[in-house]
Amino acid sequence: MIGSPLARGLTLLASVLVGAFVGTGGFTFAFAKGASYLSDDPAVCVNCHIMRDHYDGWRQSSHHAQATCNDCHLPQDNVLHKLYVKLDNGYRHSKAFTLQNFAEPIRIVPANARVLENNCLRCHADMTDAITAHGTLGVSTIPRGTVDLHGCVRCHVDVGHGPRR
Amino acid sequence: MSEKTGPGKSRAALWAGLIAVGAAIATALVMGLFQNISTRKAEARETSFKVVDLDERSLDPAPWGKNFPRQFDGFLRTAELTSTRFGGAGPNPKPISRLAEDPRLVTFFSGYAFAIDFNRRRGHAYMLSDQRVTGRVTKAKQTGNCLHCHASNAVAYRELGLKKGAPGTLDEPLTGAHGQAQLMAGFDAAAKMPYEEVTKLVEHPVGCIDCHEPKTQALRVTKPAFIRAIAALASGDAAVPHLPSIEKWRKGDRARPYDPNQDASRQEMRSMACGQCHVEYYCGPKTTLFYPWNKGLKVEQIEAYYDEFKFPDGHRFFDWKHPKTGAEVLKAQHPEFETWSQSLHARSGVSCADCHMPYVREGAIKVSDHHVRSPLLNISRSCQTCHRFPEEQLRATVDGIQQRHRALMDRAEDALIQLIESIETARKAGLSEAALSPVFEFQRKAQWRVDFINAENSMGFHAPHEAARVLGESIDYSLQGYVALSKLRESANRLNPAPAQPNPAPPSPAKAAAVGKTAALLRPLSR
Repeated sequence: MIGSPLARGLTLLASVLVGAFVGTGGFTFAFAKGASYLSDDPAVCVNCHIMRDHYDGWRQSSHHAQATCNDCHLPQDNVLHKLYVKLDNGYRHSKAFTLQNFAEPIRIVPANARVLENNCLRCHADMTDAITAHGTLGVSTIPRGTVDLHGCVRCHVDVGHGPRR
Repeated sequence: MSEKTGPGKSRAALWAGLIAVGAAIATALVMGLFQNISTRKAEARETSFKVVDLDERSLDPAPWGKNFPRQFDGFLRTAELTSTRFGGAGPNPKPISRLAEDPRLVTFFSGYAFAIDFNRRRGHAYMLSDQRVTGRVTKAKQTGNCLHCHASNAVAYRELGLKKGAPGTLDEPLTGAHGQAQLMAGFDAAAKMPYEEVTKLVEHPVGCIDCHEPKTQALRVTKPAFIRAIAALASGDAAVPHLPSIEKWRKGDRARPYDPNQDASRQEMRSMACGQCHVEYYCGPKTTLFYPWNKGLKVEQIEAYYDEFKFPDGHRFFDWKHPKTGAEVLKAQHPEFETWSQSLHARSGVSCADCHMPYVREGAIKVSDHHVRSPLLNISRSCQTCHRFPEEQLRATVDGIQQRHRALMDRAEDALIQLIESIETARKAGLSEAALSPVFEFQRKAQWRVDFINAENSMGFHAPHEAARVLGESIDYSLQGYVALSKLRESANRLNPAPAQPNPAPPSPAKAAAVGKTAALLRPLSR
């Protein structure tokens, strides 16, 4: 170990602080159950308490036995696409929940609505192929596309999260 | 390496320094995040801190507020003066007078206390103070019945009941057998006392204890007239598909009366708690306050019950005798619970609280907004939870329903004014009360219907189709009354074509039978 006393001192300080960062970061990650977000367990979605109603509703719904949160809300075509959408949602959700600056009631964003729609069609293709042949689903009925009245769930509104009341 | 010259050394030192500063900032941010996550987790775990012991004597809402500060904050905000296009008493301390807004009401309520003083509603916080100063109480004589809904009286009724000899003590739960006996005894006693005496026994407008069990905070109903009426409704056979627990009770052995505190679901209680007071009722002096639900909650079912109901003196039920016409008419109160019961919202399981006390999120905590108010003031939480349309679109939808309703109600009110004025003219022209009695029935029916809808606080929104149906019936009855009156006058003129005699003596019953009913009952008419 050679160097000027200043460089040596700063290196030592940097090491200690990086260690502190890794330690506190790791602890916070574990405390926030960070690793659980890599799983497909629906209970993970209620780690933060905004999704409690949606989770409770799903447990009452017709899809409860067939599909979990991620089966509908994440793309299932390939792993990279799935992880990308998960990352995107994870970033936006944690930012919103930490800063508490989001509009309520919460609404699905258009990109996620498309993912959802594709998952409806993925399982129900036998039924829906004849309907979608003319491209009538998945289109917002509001010209500006500002409202999430996308496709199947516009009418089949309780299949995922149960009756709204 | 130690011989290495200046630039290299200082570059290493710079890097180490930058890493140190970066790591320090990152650590600080991580700690901030940790603190934030901890707060959210704590919020989710602890929704209340018990700092005060609450029991059946905890009348004052303030101690409850120490345990439940979020709900209490909302509760206090019912003192805010809020208004919408059709609802609310306006921004000034003096509420807008409904009689000044719609002078037709003065004619409808002629001879009744509502013609003296009738204002648009203010928030829950004013229910007691506003009642104490209304002309209906200060200028007319009222009984203790009025305080059934305008004060927090769960404790006052029980104390009064205990004085009257009801069993048990105040420490027993209100929903138990002794608690119920005390409550009912006190209620019946207060009904016989004058308003001025009973108002001294109460000090708070509706409070926590009126809707919540003090130990568990479970929803409960405590208003005696509601407990009796909902049991009577259950033992009748009117369809109530929006209240599944009643239908379930009916299928059971009916060993005990239907009791909302035991039988109703939580979602039903979120409407019944409001239905304790936001209902049609009789609270005049002739009998104890009651809600007329034995035959059902629809306007004609309530009317049928009133028509069968006999006062202790044997006379058919009526609220007052209209001095302009002589008809014995009914006064509707504010049948919000009954009207909501006919709605699509009710059939879909939407409760009062879903729209008037929607859930709000504070951090990770979800609380029911105790600032009870018009959903139009809180569309994002009230409507958009289910209806995924933009706020301005929802507001326009509601406004469209209410404006159409107002326009139809105007026509119904005009039709009734026409009928009342025609009867008044006919009486002045000499038609007797006995001759007019078939027309009085039409006035009673028409007035009952238009008043039922007018008194209801939602400008038709609680059940738009039902409101329109009732107004349509009202217009029809006003018209039928008008036609019947015209026929009476025609036949009177036919039977008495001669010019009017100044003061004919009223015909005796014997003579009436002899000459023929209509002819005898009519005095000569002058045109």
